[in-house]
Amino acid sequence: MALERLFRRRRAKGEARDVPELWVKCPNCDAQIYKKDLEANWYVCPKCGYHMRLSADKRVELLADEGSFQKTTGLKPVDALNFTDTEPYPKRLERYQREAGRPDAIVGGRCTVGGVPSVLLVMDYAFAGGSMGSVVGEELTRGIEAAANENRSVVIVSVSGGARMQEAALSLMQMAKTTLALDRLWARRLPYISILTDPTTGGVTASFAAIADVILAEPGALIGFAGPRVIKQTIRQDLPEGFQRSEFLLKHGMVDKVVDRRKLKETVADVLKLLYPRD
Amino acid sequence: MSVVSSAAQGMGPKPYGESTGEVCVALEFEKPIADLEAKIAELEGFATKSGVDLSDELSVLRERLAQLKNDTFENLTRWERVQLARAPGRPTSLDVIGGITTGFVELSGDRAYSDDAAVVGGLAYLEGEPIVIVGHQKGRDTKENIYRNFGMPHPEGYRKAMRMMDLADRFGRPFVALIDTPGAYPGISAEERGQAWVIAQSIQRMARLRVPAVAIVLGEGGSGGALAIGVGNRILILENAWYSVISPESCAAILWRDAKEAAKAAEALKLSAFDLLELGVVDRIIPEPGGGAHRDPKATFVHIKQALLETLAELKPLPPEALFEDRYRRFRGLGRFQE
Repeated sequence: MALERLFRRRRAKGEARDVPELWVKCPNCDAQIYKKDLEANWYVCPKCGYHMRLSADKRVELLADEGSFQKTTGLKPVDALNFTDTEPYPKRLERYQREAGRPDAIVGGRCTVGGVPSVLLVMDYAFAGGSMGSVVGEELTRGIEAAANENRSVVIVSVSGGARMQEAALSLMQMAKTTLALDRLWARRLPYISILTDPTTGGVTASFAAIADVILAEPGALIGFAGPRVIKQTIRQDLPEGFQRSEFLLKHGMVDKVVDRRKLKETVADVLKLLYPRD
Repeated sequence: MSVVSSAAQGMGPKPYGESTGEVCVALEFEKPIADLEAKIAELEGFATKSGVDLSDELSVLRERLAQLKNDTFENLTRWERVQLARAPGRPTSLDVIGGITTGFVELSGDRAYSDDAAVVGGLAYLEGEPIVIVGHQKGRDTKENIYRNFGMPHPEGYRKAMRMMDLADRFGRPFVALIDTPGAYPGISAEERGQAWVIAQSIQRMARLRVPAVAIVLGEGGSGGALAIGVGNRILILENAWYSVISPESCAAILWRDAKEAAKAAEALKLSAFDLLELGVVDRIIPEPGGGAHRDPKATFVHIKQALLETLAELKPLPPEALFEDRYRRFRGLGRFQE
């Protein structure tokens, strides 16, 4: 479920190497892209359309109406289990916090999206592979509850290796907590859009991310319950081409649309306007 | 926590030994006990046959055996409990349903794709009261385990469980879920049919029940595949069962890069019933007979039934909306963080 390590390796391979230079090489087509162009294009390769990983802050910039975002997140994680593997959890946390520049793997707040009052919650892959522990679960739940109380829609962008092992059963319980919170929204007939990005697996997919009113996915994103390596180990055979990718899930009826990042804001705003209460 | 002694049932615990069937297999950490039992049996046989009086020697050995058993089972490590939770002969969901209910009518199918043998469920009487009961189902031997997919459900299994939840709501029957799975099946077929999606749906469906819902972790509570039927008003757990975000082996493979470090991972994950009670993840521990549930299933059933009846009696006075709110509150409070 929590496959941080696997994805850390993937990142090394799959993400644009962020050299201080002005040029970035596309990991898919090898094209040399001027970094400013790539940024302006939301980290989608202008040559082949490959979607590179986008930071959580850039996501907020992409989706929230300009100047509307007011951050509400900021809870800090604790080592409730006194967890130590090859190093103590608090030491890992310090490193993750330094790397990601935030206390845990989520950023969120109030904003408007296409003019619709919303709560936007974005997971951050840079923090422990976007794994969900108590803080992520609580921030999501508070955000959803706030939306229900204030008549806002909810937009959640998922990117996660799954539940965080270092918080063990408490991480698992966040799946139930976040899912239950969505019932508050349901009762108020407020829309919830889930956006699945590369990668979204494990306990995140198997809870709040999969039970939205509308589910959108970015092209080529790895999305599933079990990670491909676990499946390969279980069945001892190679996985089919494109298995667990967005397009595969669209074909199998699991997502509503695969949307190019450059059209994402427009699509989200369209859906919200169609679903949000009219009076 | 109440204890009903197994002696009250007139059923002695099963002896240790090497063969399966009526005799239980000794687990790795139980080997010294099994060896000592064998030695005692051998001496007893010799004494009877030869007529030599060995009663002094035997009483010393029996005392040592009692001490050894005590030392072993009073100080079980988390990893030893995991082994007990997986012990051959440990009561499965169907065993428990047979042991605590009457008139069980098993229902099948998800009405969409197929019938998943890794999940069983149906209608039954608990002390004369109709209930709906569902559980993960492992096999009792290799052949049955293959049929049951080792208790690892596909999406159709969770859809079957959700059908049972619908029945419980529609007819106002208490819903009981028995958890015993290494995890939801991680395979191509399961992914294609939306494993993550049905687990999320099942969590949501169970959360929405307007009847009393009780989940009991019988053996293995493997991650999301367990939680899918674990959103009860109360969560009970057998003394030696485990419940965790990931199995000790998988956790060890990722964090220690070696599945053989599972014992360390089991300790770190704090996955035992006692840990989970402290964390508020479970509400009550159901005691097991000495040596584990598989040594005396009948006594185990008595304990389970008593705990379940008491829990349902607590929930029964609550009206439907209050039951939903109670469940909301129960899970809302889980998590540790700093403001």
